[in-house]
Amino acid sequence: MRVGVVTFPGTLDDFDAARAVRFAGGESVSLWHGDEDLVKVDAVILPGGFSYGDYLRCGAIARFAPVMSSIIEGAKNGLPVLGICNGFQILCESHLLPGALTRNKGLHFYCKDQELEILNNTTLWTNDFKVGEKIVIPLKNGEGSFQCDDKTLDELEGEGRIIARYIGENPNGSRNAIAGISNAAGNVVGIMPHPEHAIDSLTGPSTDGLAFFTSILKKMVNA
Amino acid sequence: MTAQSASSVKVIIDVMLKAEILDPQGQAIANALPRMGFSLSPISTRQGKRFELTFDHEPTDLEISEIKKAAETLLANPVIEIFEIRMER
Repeated sequence: MRVGVVTFPGTLDDFDAARAVRFAGGESVSLWHGDEDLVKVDAVILPGGFSYGDYLRCGAIARFAPVMSSIIEGAKNGLPVLGICNGFQILCESHLLPGALTRNKGLHFYCKDQELEILNNTTLWTNDFKVGEKIVIPLKNGEGSFQCDDKTLDELEGEGRIIARYIGENPNGSRNAIAGISNAAGNVVGIMPHPEHAIDSLTGPSTDGLAFFTSILKKMVNA
Repeated sequence: MTAQSASSVKVIIDVMLKAEILDPQGQAIANALPRMGFSLSPISTRQGKRFELTFDHEPTDLEISEIKKAAETLLANPVIEIFEIRMER
């Protein structure tokens, strides 16, 4: 089970994402933004950070990187893709996920341990959770406010594609307190908070994030 | 900035968040105005982006259509933003 972790110029969390894959029992494979070849990985993670300095809009330049053309094509054919934070922004800019992430309400950059409720455990990246499970993982972003039109919001709610919601005060003004969503097929998931920073009690507030990574490994091994 | 030749043409692309999208930066500016002593009371304050593409010739129809394409794929995100293209000679 080989999981590719993409590094763009300005990516920060690729090492932690790769470590999370290894903690879950998988093999992590480094993928470079300028390389179209996905070297036959079974799944891809777009990690957090500030790709291309967040110039223009978060994720807007990364979306046109050579590696993304292969990932977009793969995702449409079922390749599992998880976008965390900046990776979520890239998935929205790529139109693999609907909506967009905009400046936090109140303009503050938030960095804190955030409680979430898992709402969907049928996606490739969340099947190792229980529906209704409450988890704590770090949230750290300046542009994490999920926005979309009413029709898209109704679709996401109606189809159960909101995978996680913030518990307590909505930290960034996301519509319906959305922390993460999936595409209709369930192979592409975007999440604003950082599961890869919460896999080991030595380095994170919990180990709750690990289930994102064990989810994909179980799914692929059983497939 | 007077170095441009007399024949240069500036294509300006203004990008704004859609009216229904929350604009915290615009809100922060709106809050700063009275704090700084301005007596203005706009009913709305929004912040946007401006792009300038300067040409040394009158853009052709093909170039204009490419600029439109660039605006809707790269310069603006149509999910949350609107854009306007105009020319300054």
